[in-house]
Amino acid sequence: MALRDLTAAQQLAALAAGETTSLELVDAHLAAVDADPVQAFLAVDADGARARAREIDALPERPPLGGVPIAIKDALSTRDIVTTSGSRMLEGFRPVYTATCVDRLEAAGAIVLGKTNMDEFAMGSSTENSAYQNTLNPWDHERVPGGSSGGSAASVAERQVPWSLGSDTGGSIRQPASLCGIVGMKPTYGAISRYGLIAFASSLDQVGPFARTVEDAALLLRHMVGRDPMDSTSLDWPGEITVPTATDLAGVRVGVVDELMGEGVEPGVRAAVEASLGVMEDLGATVVPVSLPSALSGLATYYVIAPAECSSNLARFDGIRYGHPIPADNLLDQYELTRGELFGPEVKRRIMLGTFALASGYYDQYYGRAQRLRTLIVREFAEAFSGVDLLASPTSPTVAFPLGDRTADPYAMYMADVCTIPVSLAGLPAISLPCGLADGLPVGLQLAGPAFSENRLLDAAHAVEGALAFDTRPPGLMT
Amino acid sequence: MSDFEPVIGVEIHVQLSTHTKMFCGCALSFGDPPNTHTCPVCLAHPGVLPVVNEEAVRRAILIGLALGCEIAPRSIFHRKNYFYPDLPKAYQVSQFDIPICGRGEFVAVRDDGSEIRVGITRAHLEEDAAKLTHLGGRRAGAEESVVDFNRGGTPLVEIVTEPDLRSASDAVTFLRQLRQTLLFLGVSDCSMEEGSMRADANVSIRPVGSHGFGTKTELKNMNSFRFLERGIEAEITRQEGILRDGGRVSQETVHYEPETGHITSLRSKEESHDYRYFPEPDLVPVAPDPGWVGELRGELPELPLALRRRMVGEMGLTAEDAEVLTESPELVAYFMDAAALADPKACANWIRGELRAQLREVGTEPWESRVSPAHIAALVDLLGAGTVSVPAAKEVLAGMIETGEQPDAVVEAKGLAQMDESDLAAVIDALVEANPDQAQQLRDGKDKVIGFFVGQAMKQTNGRADPQAVQRLVRAAVLGD
Amino acid sequence: MLGYSPPPMIDESTVRHVARLARLRLSPEEEQVMQQELSGILGHIDAITSMDLDGVPPTTHVIALENVLRADVPRDSLPREEALREAPDVVDDSFGVPRMD
Ligand SMILES: [Mg+2]
Ligand SMILES: [Zn+2]
Repeated sequence: MALRDLTAAQQLAALAAGETTSLELVDAHLAAVDADPVQAFLAVDADGARARAREIDALPERPPLGGVPIAIKDALSTRDIVTTSGSRMLEGFRPVYTATCVDRLEAAGAIVLGKTNMDEFAMGSSTENSAYQNTLNPWDHERVPGGSSGGSAASVAERQVPWSLGSDTGGSIRQPASLCGIVGMKPTYGAISRYGLIAFASSLDQVGPFARTVEDAALLLRHMVGRDPMDSTSLDWPGEITVPTATDLAGVRVGVVDELMGEGVEPGVRAAVEASLGVMEDLGATVVPVSLPSALSGLATYYVIAPAECSSNLARFDGIRYGHPIPADNLLDQYELTRGELFGPEVKRRIMLGTFALASGYYDQYYGRAQRLRTLIVREFAEAFSGVDLLASPTSPTVAFPLGDRTADPYAMYMADVCTIPVSLAGLPAISLPCGLADGLPVGLQLAGPAFSENRLLDAAHAVEGALAFDTRPPGLMT
Repeated sequence: MSDFEPVIGVEIHVQLSTHTKMFCGCALSFGDPPNTHTCPVCLAHPGVLPVVNEEAVRRAILIGLALGCEIAPRSIFHRKNYFYPDLPKAYQVSQFDIPICGRGEFVAVRDDGSEIRVGITRAHLEEDAAKLTHLGGRRAGAEESVVDFNRGGTPLVEIVTEPDLRSASDAVTFLRQLRQTLLFLGVSDCSMEEGSMRADANVSIRPVGSHGFGTKTELKNMNSFRFLERGIEAEITRQEGILRDGGRVSQETVHYEPETGHITSLRSKEESHDYRYFPEPDLVPVAPDPGWVGELRGELPELPLALRRRMVGEMGLTAEDAEVLTESPELVAYFMDAAALADPKACANWIRGELRAQLREVGTEPWESRVSPAHIAALVDLLGAGTVSVPAAKEVLAGMIETGEQPDAVVEAKGLAQMDESDLAAVIDALVEANPDQAQQLRDGKDKVIGFFVGQAMKQTNGRADPQAVQRLVRAAVLGD
Repeated sequence: MLGYSPPPMIDESTVRHVARLARLRLSPEEEQVMQQELSGILGHIDAITSMDLDGVPPTTHVIALENVLRADVPRDSLPREEALREAPDVVDDSFGVPRMD
């Protein structure tokens, strides 16, 4: 078995047994990164990674993440490694600091191989909004990997790295995980520091792991959670993230969200999700229908709140302290030309939408109401979790769609996140795991839980994963 | 007499003199080389987040308590969005509908002792902008500006008043006494020149007797009380002129040119501001524990208004004495220490008068000088006991300033002890005999001539005579009374 | 799921006003496309403007944290070369800004 076919846990075991070294692992994965058939990477730090691997290999004792390589979404600030957030606005930008979550993983022994492609400033569901390149779905190079963390998802599915980091605002980890046939998790809002995550929508953004197994996702999560003095909205993690071992779902009550199993869901997706619900029952779970009446207005709520926050978060890109402004002889022209030219169409669309939603005369009608709708959604989840332990739904209503299929219709693209957005609005943790194929393409099952139920979610996902035995190898990697 | 009445409210920005900035750990500095106190947070690099400075919150609450404000049990931060190069995030983190300090009232006292009651609308926390300097045509003929982010992110408290002020001089009296209060709290340097205290005034006028409000203009950022007073007066005059001519005042920002005394409009070509305030998602609410607020209330020093009332009511000082002595917390402490040991009114006179006058010559303040409050009290006691005359006491003071010695030691060293009455009587008798013409004038009822004898007597005794005793003895010698 | 689409609610002058607020220079073609797309999106979003939300408070934060405060203790600032290293226009150790009028 090639080194890159090993899961992170298997790589750690091989390191512990002295069967390989960090440098070997880094080199094996760098070879796959260099070839990059799915165009997942925007920047590769081969020299830095090898140097770090040698350092770790020389340590008397291996750190917990042992020297296993990782890829990082380009939305996360990495000192001296070009970080663009998929935008021309930050072309060539070398940050002076590293995001807390990346710092923590590096301190635990993870080795950053490079930065992965994404929709510009994390706005999109297909990674086609990257200013640099399209990333291809490892299962079908004609199709999108999902987004916005498409590069991170594709790199894991393509086995260029065993795991990676993404960020999820309305589904940007879970949806690409679903479309690429891997595991992706969005933790409870506040579980992982956002310091160093280039903000899209601050009240929704969360960093989270991609991996090919639930166990690997847990291992990564374990080293990132907890309060960061640099992020006022980060939380002390109660206890610790444990490595999941559950093999059944005895006594677990699972609610199936009615509103998210309706007409917009592709039949093949619904079939795969229903089949996995059956498997969950076989594992001992009680599966009951649950209603979240405001779930569908979640999409509209989200497309007011997220653009409003992004319009403010992206205002700092003015070409004065960093970036490459389009020069003009007066400031107003320079601001407008720079921002008009260097932001892509989707980013401009959302800035416009958000500026409008906050503008005087429209605030109450849009932003104010969206925040109150958010309250209803929070309440409905709380109500639902008084009766069930977990909520299940498809992660994405469709499988991976062809490149270019939805780029002409912004709202059709927005529908890709209809199942993931309500959970984001409520700030709850959710995991997407591959649960089957439809037309030869992966389908994701989303399991969501109450705040801080990550261990319960990981355990349940681990049990389902074991029973489903989904083969995460895309057809091109089957030998 | 004008048939219009001015209606004035003020907004004051106060930089808090904390160690670090509002939302990051950069040290505050004044006058350091540009861009030496910055970090990713205050430069608004991608991905950074703000964290609230606890000391800034503490000081904002102290200010609120001193202004009699309600302290919000739970206040939140908002973003105020606008593009400007001195605002790196293109939004200012400020407070909007739930400021940390709500309604309050501040009482200022005019020179005649009457009160000016000014409603405080709110006091909220925010961050200062960076320093933008216009270079003019320095670079290749192109006008350009440069930004130094050292000041960017300095904690600010913005205090907004109700439109309760009715004259420029009241506005300035209020601001001076507010400044004094802030200095007593120790929250800010409150330097108008250095910009650590900045005041804007909202000015409108209305017919006397009416209760509506006219259209107001905003007089921006005056850097001294004097200019502020003149600026408000000029703006009132300008508005009166407009209304008398049948015109209408338009709502705009105006600027006072101290050199010409003119008011100019700052109306920008930009469309009206739309700040798109919304709750700052990167910060959580500030909900000060009531116990903590109670502790802070207990920590409040005695504030100038209460001090002035006590000085006048209990210590026998005039309103003017009290005003002068409450100029700074240091001066108050100095006076109080002296007044605890000797007659307060006499201490007040000597400290605000001769001591400060003499120290001004050498450019120092009482509390920094070699003269301690106890020295002043001792001097006052020497005067009270008749040991030294007033003119001699001034000389004693000069000696104390120079040597730092106790007044009695200076009296001793300089031989300034007052002559006893029989020695003085002998000097006077000789004087009267030597000056028969002046003695005759006094007999003829020309009282003024007594000054001549006092002057001569002081000269002959090297100031050791008590001028009042001289007068009495001259009258006795010449008139026999 | 959210099917209906009421008439466009954003006119050209609103698009221009919002673009100015957001400091985005849009070409006339972009303005036109933006007007159509925003109107379309708002058509979908508009459902929220008719929902009954009486007595429902807004959610600004999904977490119940309060009083996250930092001690007033200085930390190292960036060396000035680092503060300025990504700046496109450095003048007198400061960030250059074009003429403002
Ligand atoms: Mg302000
Ligand atoms: Zn800083």
